[in-house]
Parts: sequence; structure tokens; C-alpha cells
Amino acid sequence: MTGTPILSTHALTGGYGDFQALFGIDMELHEGEVISLIGANGAGKSTYLKSIFGLLPVQPEMVRYDGQAVGGTPAHRMVRRGIAMVPEGRRLFVGMTVEENMLVAIDNARLPEAEGHWTRERLFELFPILREKRRQPIEDLSGGQQQMVAISRALLCQPRVLLCDEISLGLAPKVIREIYAILPEITAAGTSIVLVEQDVSLAREASNRLYCMLEGRITLTGASSDISRDAIAAAYFGASDAVA
Amino acid sequence: MQWLDAIIQGILLGGMYAQYALGMALMFGVMRIVNIAHGDVMILLSLIAVSLAGVLPVGNIGLIVVIVPIAVAIGWALQTFILNRVVGADPLPSLIATFGLSIALQNLMLEIWSADTRSLPNSGIASESFQIGSIYVGLLPVIVLVCAFVLTGGLDAVMRYTRFGRGLRAAAADTEAAAMTGVDPKRIYATATAIAVGILGLAAVFAALRATVSPSDGSAQLIYAFEAVIIGGMGSIWGAFLGSMVLGIAQAIGLRIDPGLGILFGHLVFLLVLATRPEGIMARKK
Repeated sequence: MTGTPILSTHALTGGYGDFQALFGIDMELHEGEVISLIGANGAGKSTYLKSIFGLLPVQPEMVRYDGQAVGGTPAHRMVRRGIAMVPEGRRLFVGMTVEENMLVAIDNARLPEAEGHWTRERLFELFPILREKRRQPIEDLSGGQQQMVAISRALLCQPRVLLCDEISLGLAPKVIREIYAILPEITAAGTSIVLVEQDVSLAREASNRLYCMLEGRITLTGASSDISRDAIAAAYFGASDAVA
Repeated sequence: MQWLDAIIQGILLGGMYAQYALGMALMFGVMRIVNIAHGDVMILLSLIAVSLAGVLPVGNIGLIVVIVPIAVAIGWALQTFILNRVVGADPLPSLIATFGLSIALQNLMLEIWSADTRSLPNSGIASESFQIGSIYVGLLPVIVLVCAFVLTGGLDAVMRYTRFGRGLRAAAADTEAAAMTGVDPKRIYATATAIAVGILGLAAVFAALRATVSPSDGSAQLIYAFEAVIIGGMGSIWGAFLGSMVLGIAQAIGLRIDPGLGILFGHLVFLLVLATRPEGIMARKK
């Protein structure tokens, strides 16, 4: 890929308080691209996404978005600038209806619903079950339906970059396929995606490029189609383990 | 007939309690912030109103126009400079911070206004009444009740249908997820507390018109507001109104049985609700 990336991190370090979880992460995401970030539990994938998104403290120069240093900008301002996130565990607003969850995003989006690519109507076409359940409290929905709402909520922020944290976690294979099926439509709308995923084959299929993380460091990167399973296994578990 | 009279007087008393409780419904019921200084802030506003009435000949309506913005400013400052620093998943830090504020405010008020009871000058409206059948109804309590009803309806609509209301409910449900969806939780909380204390500003003027206030009265208002919100159900604005009615009617009936039983009856009904329906009368369905 050439040209200026829409989102990049530069020697990003970070963690929780005194505990350092990330050790100098470099990453580039170009317009319309999908990159996946794979790694075992505790590799630092979610911490990395949170650091990009202003939920954990980092230095300004460590995160560049659209040509500007934005590291440490609070999450709500990142949303206005065009970054949105589908958080791990969905984190929907309990006590509110499906449509109210969507409206919170519309209220604070980068662009008004009428000017953006994503509208409730378009999302109801993609996920017809949500139209049926739009007036129901979020807690009445199944896990897969809730994930559809979480993705819809993030898309209604009209992002240019979408960060997805483990969107397949705990869902049935059929539902995972349904959800992954809309990724091409998201990139076609000009939105780039960072996909954090534990399922390696899913991550390879859905992305252009792949980054593998181990203990807070990038251990492998390359085009998803070129990287061999053995190379991934070595990077995923650490080289010494992969030999055995 | 005397029981009907007790119920009517109880509803009117409930109107006053509803004005205390609405701000509490927003802060405690929705935002889950335990503001121990709730009553003291109201008393402070009442005492400011009494002092202002001595120097500014603006009448009661004028006094409301002056006090409510002061209350809004106090609420905004309270959230921005104190509560936003301690608010989180754990309710204890905000409870301790406002407990300290409560003690500080009470002593400040004693220093400035001494322990004397004060009230706004009787302007006629406080003593006017009209008769329905054989029951006398005071004009001021009716105005207080109507104001409380309108405020409840307004606040409920704001919570349901406005961008601010949705943002606040989202932030209360999951502060971090709300920030991820573009809501600035600190700003929206500051606005919410400004509204909550702003309503207390109105209640403060009515309270000083209706009866006397002194620096140590805050804890009673705090208890009534808490009880009303819990009887009605956490998170429900109309629940707080209804809880205030239940509390007012219970107190009025207790008072009719024995003049010393009024307050106790209110507390007993509160305990009864806690024992039989701890989620409150109008609690949101889970």
C-alpha cells in the first residue's frame, strides 16, 4: 500500500497505570482497507484498541489519524472526528430500546444521519430482525441480535475508521457469518476497519493485511493471503513453542 | 370527610416533596450519585432567597427568576468541580464527598445566618385559600403541586425524547460505552446536576414561602427525597412524583390519627414498600 495511511500508530506504548502492556507498536491502516489483529488472550489487542481510541493514556504523536497527531484525545472527540468502535462484550445501553441505542450514536455522529452513508433504514435492510425489535429493550435480544445493534450503533457514528473488538466472541457460527458478510459493504462505503479477532482463519479471510501480537509486541505482519499457517502459529504462540 | 381532607392535604404536601425529589430522581435514580448534600443545598438556596427578598423588592416570581439560575450554577459547579472527580462504578466516593460537603454547608449556613428559623415575608399568596365543599384548600400548596406536576411531565419527556435525555441515560448505563458513542459523560452529567439543583431552586423559594427554614433542616428534606425516589422506583421520574404522593398522604393520614405520628407514618410506609416491593412502585421492568 502507498500513500498516507488514514490511521497509524508509531512506537505506541501503554497499559494500565504502572502496568505496561504494549511495547512500541507500529501499525498502518489505509483507506478502504481491512486489517486484522490476531493474538492469544492477554496479548494486548483490546488494550491497543483502547489506546488508539483515547480510552487509555498515550502520547499525542503515538496515534496519527487523517494526518494529525490525535493520541490521548478523549473517545467522544474521536467519534466526532470519524473513529468508532464496536467494543468487546457489546456494551449496549441497558434499559434503552434498540432504536434508542442507535439514536445515541446518531445524536453524536460525525455527520447527520441524512448526510451519512449509514441510516437506520439501511441497517434495518441489512439486519431485518432489528426493524422488528426496534422498540424492544436491548436486554430482550439474543447475543447475535445485540451484536448487530452494537455494529449498527458504531456505523451510525458515520466513521471513517471502524475498530471492531472480538465481534465473533460467543456467537453461533451462522450468526458470525451473517455479521462478517456486511464487512465488504462497510469498506465499500469508504470505511477502513481494524478487526481484533481470536479466530485466525476468520481474520485471514476477512482482512487484506494481518498483524499478529504476542505479549504486547507485533510479532508478524504481512498480506493475509501470503502468510502461511506455520508463520502465524510461530508468531501467535512465540517461536520457541512453535518448533515443538 | 376528615379522611378525604387528609388525603387532599397529603397530595398537596406530596407536591412539595415531589419538588425535593425530582432532582434526586435524576441524580440518584438515573445517575446513581448519592448526593447527601441535596437537602442542605436546598436550604442554602432558601436562605439566599430570604436574604435577597430583604434587599431586592422583586416579589415572589422575581425571586424564583433570580434563585433558579443561581441554583443551576451551583449544580453545574458541584458536578464539574467535585462529583465528576469522584463519580464511577463505586458509589462510595461520591457519598463521602457529598457527606463532607453537607457538613461544611451546614456550618457555613450557621455562620452566616445563625440557627434562627427564617421564612419569606407573607405576601398574601401563602395564606390565601379556597373552599371545595367543606374542605379548605390553600392556594400556595395547589400552585406547588401544579408546578411539581408540570416539572415531572417536562423532565420525563426530556429524558425520553431529547438528545440530552438519551445521552444521560446512556452515560448512566455505561459511561465508557457512552463515550465510545460520542457522548461527553462529564459535560452531560454537569448539565444533569445543573437541572437537578435548578429544580431545587424552585423548591427552595416555595419551601421558604410555605414554612420556615433553618440551617439544620436539610437532612429532613434529604430523607423525604430519598424515600420518594425509592418508593417510586429508581430511574423513573413519574415514580418519584408518585412516591412523593404516597409519602405526603401517609404523613397526612398519620397526622390525622395523632399529631405526633405524621412523620413516623411516612417512614413506616417507606419501610413497608422496601419490604414488599423493594424495586419501587414504578420500577423499570428487567
